[in-house]
Amino acid sequence: MAERGARLLVVDDNKVNRLLLARNVTLQGHQVETAENGRVALEMLRRGGFDLLVLDIEMPDLDGFQVMEQLAADPALRDIPVIVTSSLEGVATIVRCIELGADDYLHKPVNAVLLKARIGSSLEKKRLRDQQKALVERFATSAVAADLLQSGFTLGGKRVQATVMFCDIRGFTTIVESQGPEETIELLNTWYTLMFDAIAAQGGVVNQMIGDGLMAIFGAPLPVAEPPLAAVRAALEMVEMIGLLNTERASEGKAALAIGVGIATGDVFAGYTGTQERATYTCVGDTVNLAARLEAHTKQAARGILIDGATHEALGGRVPCEALGAVQFKGKAQAVDVFAVAATPAA
Amino acid sequence: MTDSIDRTIFGELQQAAGADFVIELVDTFAEEAPGMFAELRAAHAAGAAERFRRAAHSLKTNANTFGATALGIQARELELGGLPPDARAIDALQSLLDATIPALKELARG
Repeated sequence: MAERGARLLVVDDNKVNRLLLARNVTLQGHQVETAENGRVALEMLRRGGFDLLVLDIEMPDLDGFQVMEQLAADPALRDIPVIVTSSLEGVATIVRCIELGADDYLHKPVNAVLLKARIGSSLEKKRLRDQQKALVERFATSAVAADLLQSGFTLGGKRVQATVMFCDIRGFTTIVESQGPEETIELLNTWYTLMFDAIAAQGGVVNQMIGDGLMAIFGAPLPVAEPPLAAVRAALEMVEMIGLLNTERASEGKAALAIGVGIATGDVFAGYTGTQERATYTCVGDTVNLAARLEAHTKQAARGILIDGATHEALGGRVPCEALGAVQFKGKAQAVDVFAVAATPAA
Repeated sequence: MTDSIDRTIFGELQQAAGADFVIELVDTFAEEAPGMFAELRAAHAAGAAERFRRAAHSLKTNANTFGATALGIQARELELGGLPPDARAIDALQSLLDATIPALKELARG
């Protein structure tokens, strides 16, 4: 979004004010739409695409204060800069506007030069915010980015109930040795794209990419309705995606891929670890270790998706599973009940 | 009557928004003002102080936009003064508005 040519919404119940503000904004080279009260303005904003709001305070239906309250409560709208224009008298009005998140306050009649400067400044701030947001999303997944932007960054974590998934490509070393580095990177990118899509579609967050493997969390940092069910559904979709990819690879005379997925549910410590300069969102705990063990066990069990007892119980029979009995994993004091998600022979 | 209009403010408006546009804007004010006055009188008759204040506020804002300072000052007095005991102040504002609009039209059309 350039400073010029932005899309602005002017909200004012007074027709003269509305026309004049819209005229000023248009003369500055921006696109402008108008609304005559706060209710209509919110409807238009929710349809999307606005870069900045020029907002009156005294309006019927929803007034400017109420509009700003609703903007602040809506994650999709709270980053839209707001310039308040009003002829209400008294500092209290200005203070309240700033407290509600207004970027600026201009007294009516609005000076056109001042309006231009304030619009330019607000759009520039929005451009930088958007840029920062895009950068964070590129490296941290949209869920973690949303958490960071909403809660801010602090090292440390909290105990949460979540479902953890580990997944890797079977026999990847053999594949690597049989093809060039470019093809390997392309394959990994395709694989990651498919896995990320399947996981994100169920509300999960990929928080680690480890060579030919990944770790995903369901239920943190953002809540998911049923983390165990979401994780298993994501795993089934991942297996299906690999099937489709293999069909394509077979037509090109390439070897089929196989994946193993381990899923466990329970308490984890989730949060940001590292240093103030470099940190990552992750989770640790027995549940994480168990999910990793289950994923490793898929080779021995010759099954594509293995889950623990807690995940199986949470599914409540909604996904067919096969009990494989108790397995003693390294590092675990007691044997763990293991279940294979049905229809998943070694993927 | 054009004396009651601040020529500097009016000229700045023409310069910023364009003289032709200001003609349209004055015409719009002329069309909208009766509605604002009807609201002012209805609010007064109903004893609705907040409605009355808002209607006076709108008139004040528009008057100040055009540099109609006398109109703006009287509208402000109504905005901040609470419900008046009778309609005399409203009648006075109406008379001032009736004189101001032709003056604004005259100024706008040069």
